[in-house]
Amino acid sequence: MNKYMVIDTGASRSFEGGHEFLRGASSEGEIAVYIGKGAGRKYVADPSKIVIILELDGECLGVHTGEEPGLGESNVVGFNRFRLGESPATNLIELVTQTNTSKSAAEAARALFEGAGFDVAVCKDFVGRIVNRLIRPMFNDALRALDEGVATAKDLDLTVKLGLGYRKGFIDPLYKSGLHHHYDVTSALFEVYGQAGYAPTRRGVVAKQRSLKA
Amino acid sequence: MNYGSSFIIRLTTIRSAPNIDAGECAYETNAGSARLTAHKTQKRAKAEPLFRVVTANMVQLRADENSMTAHGIRTAAVAGAGTMGAGIAITIARGGFKTILYDNAQAALDRAKPLIEAFFSKSVERGKLSRERSAEIIANLSFTSDITRLGNCDFVVEAIFEDIPMKCGLYAQLEKVCPPHTVFASNASTLSITQLAAGCGRPDRFVGMHYCLPAQVMKLIEMSRGIYTSEQTWDIAWQFALATGQHPVETRDTPGFILNYFCVPYHNDVIRIIEAGVAAPADIDRAMKRAFDFAMGPCELLDMIGLDTHLRGTEAFFAITNNPRLAPPPLLRRMVAAGLLGRKTKRGFYEYESAAMFGG
Repeated sequence: MNKYMVIDTGASRSFEGGHEFLRGASSEGEIAVYIGKGAGRKYVADPSKIVIILELDGECLGVHTGEEPGLGESNVVGFNRFRLGESPATNLIELVTQTNTSKSAAEAARALFEGAGFDVAVCKDFVGRIVNRLIRPMFNDALRALDEGVATAKDLDLTVKLGLGYRKGFIDPLYKSGLHHHYDVTSALFEVYGQAGYAPTRRGVVAKQRSLKA
Repeated sequence: MNYGSSFIIRLTTIRSAPNIDAGECAYETNAGSARLTAHKTQKRAKAEPLFRVVTANMVQLRADENSMTAHGIRTAAVAGAGTMGAGIAITIARGGFKTILYDNAQAALDRAKPLIEAFFSKSVERGKLSRERSAEIIANLSFTSDITRLGNCDFVVEAIFEDIPMKCGLYAQLEKVCPPHTVFASNASTLSITQLAAGCGRPDRFVGMHYCLPAQVMKLIEMSRGIYTSEQTWDIAWQFALATGQHPVETRDTPGFILNYFCVPYHNDVIRIIEAGVAAPADIDRAMKRAFDFAMGPCELLDMIGLDTHLRGTEAFFAITNNPRLAPPPLLRRMVAAGLLGRKTKRGFYEYESAAMFGG
């Protein structure tokens, strides 16, 4: 595995509370990993690095690197370790590449994370990446179904567990992880895509308003 | 009841009558054709007694004609030998019933038979079934393209394409050959059970039984009543589901019930982001499995369902709901046109060495 250095730029949603991956970093290396809220703002372009890896929140990588036509090959990729609201981070790393990202940079980033034991899914630089883009409309459907009395929360979760192998169900994890976070994500997706499936639900709005009241 | 007379019954939503607890419904029937429209309403209590009276009368009217009990089923048939039909036949045969798998296409039967036998061999290999029991089950399982062979069936599960005229055409044939007590169940995944029941000739002896893929592995059955499903029919179907080792869950007769309400638009979303170049199928599957501990990725599941089946389902679903997420994505149409149907053609989002059935 290539040596890597970690540049901590503030609270990281991906590595809250530390992680073996951070402890395995060197003071310098061919790979630079920027973690934390300021990763995109604080990163410094460095063509000598095999790859520069930026932690992303909900934003696109292009916000930090640009995406205007004619840009040369890039050695910068983005990443986000998926977590649902306040739930612990999963083992999934969504690795974000742009159209001008070099193949070697993407491969090095993937190898780094896989070497550290993560599951890596590569995607292009779209808001919502893979998971939020796909799961949020389903969560919204579940919340609407609950409002419309299609089934109780328990039965909805039981049905998708038994019928689809969705081991956690929908409603229970949404409420446990903080439904107001779901509202934030769907609002951002709806702003970009304007599709009804992403429109915040009544239950999401209520949860958000309650969180602001607290 | 004279199904030939034209009449309208107004019904209102109620939790205690789960077959119609969606909203105010106007149900019109004339010479066997039915139309159902639902409207939101607050007038719940007012119409509740009316519905109960109608239901009770129907049960009374049918009681003399229908002497079968929940324990009286000896022979059951599955009509449709596709991926789902073959899986359902496995569950029924495994439950100890004489089981007939019917399809009007001999080729479908020729394909299903070795897959089912291979499934039971695998079950023996894995120690889930004794060799003797496997032999008994297979001996109780027959295959036919002659619909008159279903003349002694007590229960028929229809598992053909999501196409109302096609399904109703099959029911018309079954109506001619099956005895009056036979219960018809539809594995329809998106279509209205009431609408299908209206075209079957025996709407009181008709239920929705939506199995999940792969049926031989997944225990859930979403069970739905049509407006005219009798309590006796419901009990028979429920007991039958339990007797075959499945886990029935009652759902409303609404488009997609619960599972496809979530799954069909989700799968279209998946196909659209593949088409948009957001990610490759393997990355999407990995992401969804790891993020939520899902047993299967969406592309793996689509390949198992069959892209042609998904296309028919989403077309039917879109026609009912007009929800843009249910409109078939262009990539789906292209893949189906190219014969990339999934496991059944050994190539869909992934390539497969065999079309063997899942599980065992």
